[in-house]
Amino acid sequence: MAILVFSEETDGHASASALELTSKAAQLGEVTVFHVGEGSADALAELGAHGATSVHHMDPGDGLPAPTAAAAIADLVGGDAPAAVLFGMGNTDRDVAGRLSARLGRPVLAAAVDLSIDPVRVTSEILGGTHQIITEATDQPPALVIARPKAFAADDTGGPAPSTTAVAAPDVGRSGSAVVVERHVEEQEGPDLEAANVVVSGGRGLGGPDNWHLVEELAAELDGAVGATRAVVDAGWVPYSLQVGQTGKTVKPTVYIATGISGAMQHMVGMKDSGTIIAINKDADAPIFGIADLGVVGDVQQIVPKLIEALKARS
Amino acid sequence: MKIAVCVKQIPDPATPYELDAESHLVVRPQDQVLDDTDRYGVEVGLQLAEANEGTVTLFSMSPSGSLQGIRQALAMGADKAVLIDDQALRGSAALTTARVLAAAIEREGFDLVIAGTESTDGYTGVVPQQIAEILDVPALSFARRVEAGDGKVTIERQTATGYDVVESPLPAVLAVTAGSVEPRYPTFKGIMQAKQKPIDNLTAGDLGFGDDDVGIAGSGQSITAVAPIAGRQAGEIIEDDGEAHLRIVALLEETKVI
Repeated sequence: MAILVFSEETDGHASASALELTSKAAQLGEVTVFHVGEGSADALAELGAHGATSVHHMDPGDGLPAPTAAAAIADLVGGDAPAAVLFGMGNTDRDVAGRLSARLGRPVLAAAVDLSIDPVRVTSEILGGTHQIITEATDQPPALVIARPKAFAADDTGGPAPSTTAVAAPDVGRSGSAVVVERHVEEQEGPDLEAANVVVSGGRGLGGPDNWHLVEELAAELDGAVGATRAVVDAGWVPYSLQVGQTGKTVKPTVYIATGISGAMQHMVGMKDSGTIIAINKDADAPIFGIADLGVVGDVQQIVPKLIEALKARS
Repeated sequence: MKIAVCVKQIPDPATPYELDAESHLVVRPQDQVLDDTDRYGVEVGLQLAEANEGTVTLFSMSPSGSLQGIRQALAMGADKAVLIDDQALRGSAALTTARVLAAAIEREGFDLVIAGTESTDGYTGVVPQQIAEILDVPALSFARRVEAGDGKVTIERQTATGYDVVESPLPAVLAVTAGSVEPRYPTFKGIMQAKQKPIDNLTAGDLGFGDDDVGIAGSGQSITAVAPIAGRQAGEIIEDDGEAHLRIVALLEETKVI
């Protein structure tokens, strides 16, 4: 069974989701990767090490990659179709999956946390992770699957560099006429959110961006990473790279401290598998208390400064 | 500028969702509300219409007979709505939703299609991109800031490490995040006017779809099992009496992170 995995390059590396999905796919069949970006030797070597035998590489230049990538993948799978095309939750992943779905006339099986092939069956968590659903692709292959971050472990098995084929970006007419005119990187400090042992996250309940320093100081005191809800990312307090939840990062730290977070379904999906969850919120009915090991009903602006002081006094 | 804004009516997120035992679909009550994330799309549409002598038409697919959410968006200031409300659409995949909306939008004509990034009650998050592919136009997704005029649209697009400035000629599809604008609240006048605004009701058949093209039959997938997940249990809940931080410190010590 052949499986195609989508990969996007950032800073010379293949996406984390591509390595996770390549590892999973290698257990199920022969893995080909469609890789978008510069095509650095490191990125290609990583894909090979995780089990990809061949890579089709396309450099989209300054065009938004999705229209050309979807067209090129549609060409690739047109003849001898793989069982499935696997995507992560990245923005480009979702753009390409959507376009490819419309191009091929196949549905997208989304939010996958487990996957089997022949037939393609996907396990997803729905309704904020309260229910598990198994969906089977009933159309002709390939099935299109979007998987959740960390659903599968990235496993470096030391595979050799894959054979690489350059793919020219196809001409897609007016669909492809959007161009990137500037790129901005927003620098982050502190430990990596997805790998940190402690995560301190903040939500709207903090009251405003002026109080965000409380989250940062508490995280620093615990050598932890800073996370955020979609609400405060959307409100512009902090960059998207800090977002924890369905459309952000999935974290599983030893300790997760939620400050001023009510617990929207889409946030809890991204943190409910943390070891110990501590929540501080003024609303006693907040859903976050339903999954917290320790829930403190009270004012974040009172409690967090005292907590920071107490931690400082210990050290 | 002809602006199409896609909106979705969903069961009130403040109430627990129920799944139908047989179809495994979310039970949709009569009194659905406007998905909160769509208020941002409506607001972007209204602002661009005000700046570019445009009109805002809402497009919504809904197999529930509900109008409350559409009226909410009309009360914000949209000019009219096209509603595809048809029982045959129950259980449709995201791709069917995109096909139906794209067909309705194409019928009306458009310069810009605006949608939210994803609905609150679903989890696929690819409908705007599917609409763009069907209409053969660029998709400017994950937009957190938007400007449009002179036949083009410019956005800031969220990326994993920051943002890109992306430019596209019109027509195009735009998928906005909630950070793009601050949605207005309907005024009393707006609410009264909304009751008089035209809502065109269409069926899937009116747009050329057969019964087998839509709904569960046309979805290309079948749900084979649904089960509740044994969730985490709530632990200890305490009221802050001024000393709650000490309880937190004690728990952090137990977990050995300090």
